[in-house]
Amino acid sequence: MELKTPLYDAHVKAGGRIVPFAGYLLPVQYEGVIAEHMAVRTECGLFDVSHMGEITFRGKGALASLNHLLTNDFTNMPLGKVRYSVMCYEDGGTVDDLLVYKFGEEDYFIVVNASNRHKDFAFMKEHILADTEIEDISDSIAQVALQGPKARDIIRKVMKEEDIPEKYYTAKRDVLVGGMNCIISYTGYTGEAGYEIYTANENAMKLWDLLLKEGEEYGLRPCGLGARDTLRLEASMPLYGHEMDETISPLETGLDFGVKMAKKDFVGKKGILERGEPKITRVGLRIIDKGVLREHQDVYIGEEKIGHTSSGTFSPLFKTSIAMALIDKKYAELGTVVEVDVRGRRLKAEVVPMPFYKREK
Amino acid sequence: MFNCPKELKYTKTHEWVKEENGLYVVGLTDYAQDALGDIVFVNLPSVGDEVKAGEAFCDVESVKAVSDVYSPVSGTVAEVNDTVTDDPALVNNDCYGAWFVKVENVTGEDELLDAEAYEQLCASEE
Repeated sequence: MELKTPLYDAHVKAGGRIVPFAGYLLPVQYEGVIAEHMAVRTECGLFDVSHMGEITFRGKGALASLNHLLTNDFTNMPLGKVRYSVMCYEDGGTVDDLLVYKFGEEDYFIVVNASNRHKDFAFMKEHILADTEIEDISDSIAQVALQGPKARDIIRKVMKEEDIPEKYYTAKRDVLVGGMNCIISYTGYTGEAGYEIYTANENAMKLWDLLLKEGEEYGLRPCGLGARDTLRLEASMPLYGHEMDETISPLETGLDFGVKMAKKDFVGKKGILERGEPKITRVGLRIIDKGVLREHQDVYIGEEKIGHTSSGTFSPLFKTSIAMALIDKKYAELGTVVEVDVRGRRLKAEVVPMPFYKREK
Repeated sequence: MFNCPKELKYTKTHEWVKEENGLYVVGLTDYAQDALGDIVFVNLPSVGDEVKAGEAFCDVESVKAVSDVYSPVSGTVAEVNDTVTDDPALVNNDCYGAWFVKVENVTGEDELLDAEAYEQLCASEE
């Protein structure tokens, strides 16, 4: 049975088309993916992402446990900072990718993918070091994402200026948003500026309604999972189960920046080293022929199969099809023309730089 | 409620068909365009292609997904609507104007529903 987020009734009332996703009933769209996508690129959109998992790490051993469990390095991480990381199996395959928020020397807040939450928590429990208390608090927390160039104009109407996180990948805890206690971070999954806001379930509906009301003058509209996916794809942000999974190491999918091989040891370091220099890499593809690239389509050069698409869609911004693909590294040079098997048709596509879209600062 | 004009016939797979001077005009229904969402690509067959009742003869891509379109009749493609290829959003905006193909030399039909029966089918799938 699928679960409902605390905002389920609001989605139904607003005409959201509800689909099961990662164990939850969530709106895939309200009016349409393209309109919602473009609202985020030009104005602002509001997403219910309450399905995401939240896990706390506390205690004297919390830092050592994170450094042991995760590929990134959390030593000397400033308070209020947010850091991306991967969590690997011993063989270097990927358990999940996640965000770590630091709120105290012995107090961390971790956000994981909804579909991986139980697997992640079990894996963390098995590998944490001494003096670390971990807790899965996902069921009591709602999360909304306010994303787009107008996000700051909207958020400053409902909270104190000094409580708004100023820099990308920073966060504040125990701040009031519309009078409700929240965690707010300057983060997102759309390629736009914006905020992710966490609050207790019982505040969710009030927060959602308040943001929509205050955002109206800035063109804010609710957005569904459909736009979330096309936005993250244009921004070349990876998604677990697509760009990475238990067979793919973070280095094989271009996440080197989140893997600190210089760190003394971490779960999966040996496995990554044993895999050697990665043979595959993640590239961006832009279609040349007419059609739409989708996930899990084979990529060819001539008769040689060189990999597969991991995510693909029609880009509402560029009005053409784009995809990410995991392919043999020797064909990854920009400008390379490949063929993708789209339901039995070979369509030409070009290797192009990622991200496809980068916002102007 | 979805718009289902009385003068058309419908398939269970959500295509509409209308006979017009011996030609069978085929398109996608209101229910189908709504379910698909923003349509961004229509891959039409060529004039002269044979189509078979109940078999896929083209596909439409929305932002979210790809979907087959099944032919309501067996016959030969006499005309294709290039304006739909050039502007696939027409299918969302005017699905009964934005026809896909006209079929000639029709030799057979799939099981076709009248508007009332088709409306009931849509209601049961909602």
